[in-house]
Amino acid sequence: MITRADVEHVAALARLGLTEEEIERMVSQLNHILEAIAALQDVDTSAVGPTAQVIPLENVMREDVPRDGISREAALANAPLREGGHLRVPVVLEEGR
Amino acid sequence: MATSPPASEAPTLPLADRTIGEVSDLLRARKLSSVELVRACLERIARDGERLNTFLAVGDEAALEAARDADRALAAGDERPLLGIPYALKDIFVTKALDEAGQPLPGGLPTTAGSKILDGYRSPYASSAEDRLRAAGAILLGKTNCDEFAMGSSNENSAFGAVHNPWDESTVPGGSSGGSAAAVAAGEAFFALGTDTGGSIRQPASLSGIIGLKPTYGRVSRYGMVAFASSLDQCGPFARSVRDVALVLGAVAGHEPRDSTSVDTPVPNYAEALKGHVRDLRLGVPREYFVAGMEPGVEKAVRAAIDLLEELGAEIVEVSLPSTDKGLATYYIIAPAEASANLARYDGVKYGYSAGDDDLLTNYLRSRGQGFGPEVKRRIMLGTYALSAGYYDAYYLKAQQVRTLIKAEFDEVLEGVDALIAPTSPSVAFEIGAKTQDPLLMYLNDACTLPVNIAGLPGVSVPCGLSDGLPVGLQVIGRAFDEATVLRIADAYEQAAGFASLRPPTAHD
Repeated sequence: MITRADVEHVAALARLGLTEEEIERMVSQLNHILEAIAALQDVDTSAVGPTAQVIPLENVMREDVPRDGISREAALANAPLREGGHLRVPVVLEEGR
Repeated sequence: MATSPPASEAPTLPLADRTIGEVSDLLRARKLSSVELVRACLERIARDGERLNTFLAVGDEAALEAARDADRALAAGDERPLLGIPYALKDIFVTKALDEAGQPLPGGLPTTAGSKILDGYRSPYASSAEDRLRAAGAILLGKTNCDEFAMGSSNENSAFGAVHNPWDESTVPGGSSGGSAAAVAAGEAFFALGTDTGGSIRQPASLSGIIGLKPTYGRVSRYGMVAFASSLDQCGPFARSVRDVALVLGAVAGHEPRDSTSVDTPVPNYAEALKGHVRDLRLGVPREYFVAGMEPGVEKAVRAAIDLLEELGAEIVEVSLPSTDKGLATYYIIAPAEASANLARYDGVKYGYSAGDDDLLTNYLRSRGQGFGPEVKRRIMLGTYALSAGYYDAYYLKAQQVRTLIKAEFDEVLEGVDALIAPTSPSVAFEIGAKTQDPLLMYLNDACTLPVNIAGLPGVSVPCGLSDGLPVGLQVIGRAFDEATVLRIADAYEQAAGFASLRPPTAHD
């Protein structure tokens, strides 16, 4: 059973700002969905390993050679805020904090 | 009620409604130009596109210019099968729209993934799909509408409005690749690419009366596909004949270093694999796929299709995939978990919508809260919850274990049969708005398709008749990397069934 506090906690983890109305709706909808998902708990998986992906590949390597990437100007072209050749972000570390 | 097909109308169909196979013969015989083909599609888009809401961006000038180039190449004897053929890309594939100096490229198309958070985004690079199809000589018309970040089964989750099904405009075309499916059904493009994470190519193909293929995971590069669930996502074609789908698959399939999960196995000539018969094949019918709540008209059409395949000489055996009913729960843990990680990149800093707040945490919360739509938020919440401390083992690990069981059941059954045949969707196209208030009811649309993604197998949907005047799809599921057999079965069925010339009411000039 998911509570309002759970929804607020998970939304904070996901950095997702929800309105009052969205929180209310999320509590009821997530509980409804998780009820359906609970069917998995009946499956005996005591002797079963997990599958993260289905193709028989691991540790795909490539040659370590330099190549051209996206230019700085192209990479910055969609930035909401920029300053010179950089992305501009709100203050992360403030003195005295 | 399943109805019998009308007499073959293929030769009298308007240009925009024909198959690639039909028009490429005319192109090569110089009885038709690529410019005429592009114009036929653009006229349909101009006439029906806004009403159906199929396209989010159209590049008519660039398409006509590319068509003139294609006509010159055709005149010089160039025989590439997709040369001069107009197509559409789901707006989840990035298309190069910026030059090296960061300036907009003339004719470059934006990429939105159906989301407000990417509204106005111009990609600095092209997707593998766009690169490969350009190299094949195909002509990009534009970007099609889709559910936001490909999350949905009706195309109603697009931030840019619902898509209408050309068979009945009060109904949905399916989703999430609904714009691609509706565009191909309505003669607005000769083929389109979509993406399929839990059924997002096959289900809209079924509801829109066309063919849609989800290749094996790893068959086609995912480079430049906006990520939803990285272990499930796969790119695939929509078209109006199985042969056309085979041609497009041949152009986009194959290993590419830019997607390290694309597998380096040879790409066969898929068109040559269409032998036109199924006499030496043994086909399994999984009894669990005739799920509770399936519409009687759908079951009837699919059973009739299975009978026809038997008449054509295939051996039909009933098989069992007992964990099928666990597919939905497994999927709705794994896909949201992967999505919650993939969508962490939308931070209001690097690109995309920003709320512009001076405080970093507030800016994250507001940019994401205002930028994402309701279904995307639901899945981010579900995925974050399933991965969070204290719930990881009960949800995420458990789902990964059940994934092992589901895949093992497919592998075992597919040792005894060449392919599986089943319904694609439990229902035909439903009314717009009918399922939007109940997320779980919407999720059930994909009960017959999402186990195939969980196991990473190829699956195709091919039209198998009408129920209440709306299309029904037959699903063919094959062994990993055996698209050739899957397409061969769908093609033999298509040839014998006579539904290949069915077109929606919009198909007229």
